[in-house]
Amino acid sequence: MPQKKTRVLVAKPGLDGHDRGAKVIARALRDSGMEVIYTGLRQTPEMIAEAALHEDVDVVGLSVLSGAHMALVPRVLELLRGQGQGHVRVLVGGIIPDEDVPALKALGVAEIFGPGTTTHSVVEAVRKAVATGQAEA
Amino acid sequence: MDLATQVREGDRRALGRLLTLIENDDPEGLEGLSALYPHTGRAHIVGITGASGTGKSTLVNRLAYTLRHGASRPTVAVVAVDPSSPFTGGAILGDRIRMHDLAGDRGVFIRSMASRGALGGLAAATGSLVAALDGAGFDIVMIETVGAGQSEVEIARTAHTTIVVEAPGLGDEVQAIKAGILEIADILVVNKADRPGADHAVRMLRATLEAAYPSAEAGSRWKPPVLPTVATKGDGVEEVAQAIFRHREFLVGTGRLERFRRDRARAEMEMLLRESLFVHWRKANTAGEFEAALERVLAHQMAPRQAVETLLAGGKV
Repeated sequence: MPQKKTRVLVAKPGLDGHDRGAKVIARALRDSGMEVIYTGLRQTPEMIAEAALHEDVDVVGLSVLSGAHMALVPRVLELLRGQGQGHVRVLVGGIIPDEDVPALKALGVAEIFGPGTTTHSVVEAVRKAVATGQAEA
Repeated sequence: MDLATQVREGDRRALGRLLTLIENDDPEGLEGLSALYPHTGRAHIVGITGASGTGKSTLVNRLAYTLRHGASRPTVAVVAVDPSSPFTGGAILGDRIRMHDLAGDRGVFIRSMASRGALGGLAAATGSLVAALDGAGFDIVMIETVGAGQSEVEIARTAHTTIVVEAPGLGDEVQAIKAGILEIADILVVNKADRPGADHAVRMLRATLEAAYPSAEAGSRWKPPVLPTVATKGDGVEEVAQAIFRHREFLVGTGRLERFRRDRARAEMEMLLRESLFVHWRKANTAGEFEAALERVLAHQMAPRQAVETLLAGGKV
């Protein structure tokens, strides 16, 4: 019985120690039937890219609350592309100032979520991102 | 270039991709696995099982790290299985959280796997993923099972060396002498050995094994060592690594590894034959015949076995 499951890596790059949001998202994605690889706190972009490679994920969700997103997110995108995983869609959640959103989207981030986002809209965005990523793969 | 060739050349993205295709029962995955099959049979396969919270992932982390920094520096692949939700089919695979010491080492490959409804502590495709990693050239393949209780013994049929991880305070003597998970152990680890009750747990397990392995038989059977560890600090992990090597030598020296391979291949072929025969029968017969037989069974006019025999004999029910 062939069964294709969406695989999502939920990672927390950087040094802030707040992973409640990431865990809520991981659980919501699981409850929508996805397989979620959760890697825990304080991941470097290199660790995240390596996990995405081993796990062959469709989507990487990054949770950044530290303000370091303009350094960490572009680095993850660059590493993913460098290892032939340009089709992997990257979504970012956390505290991202409005003025940084266009720059991140221009770099290739599929979607950005701030405080107050419903888990339902995150699940929908991941589904949509998977569809566009597969069309490109 | 096909995926299997890329995998043989050390392309880790191709390996990740191939594992997904095998897991999804995709024809391309089966093709890749067939192409890798002539390269399998080299890896030593180590299973790590035990109840939730005993520290399996942490032990895998330290054990792989210790092996990678030991004299022979074997390459290590890890397949870590976590349960799928029976309601949504989704899963949270969290074993990587404890495996951070292995990050950045290109001689290590870690793959998380959801059980996808299979019981027994593994997923249906775990054996195939292990074969692919073996064929990819890893020297040691470790399998971490889902948190297992007493009957999740499937791992012993897949791994050459099965490590059962216990922790102090989880069970008493009666638990230890029950059949099941302790019987499959080639190595018993009492992790969290810095906690109260650890000495007692080690003594109790050793006494249980002493009773099960009378000294007259020494030499002809493998007597599982009971090893205390503190995996978070790495204490005792080197001894576990050495026990794995000793067990491997024992298996090779006594011809048991060959027998294990033969039994394993036979079991797998028999299972595939059963599945294929069922598919074959389904194709050759209409669904209506099966449904009609099902109705007779539900009406208590026929026992299930009688109904199946009638179907196989080609008779109408």
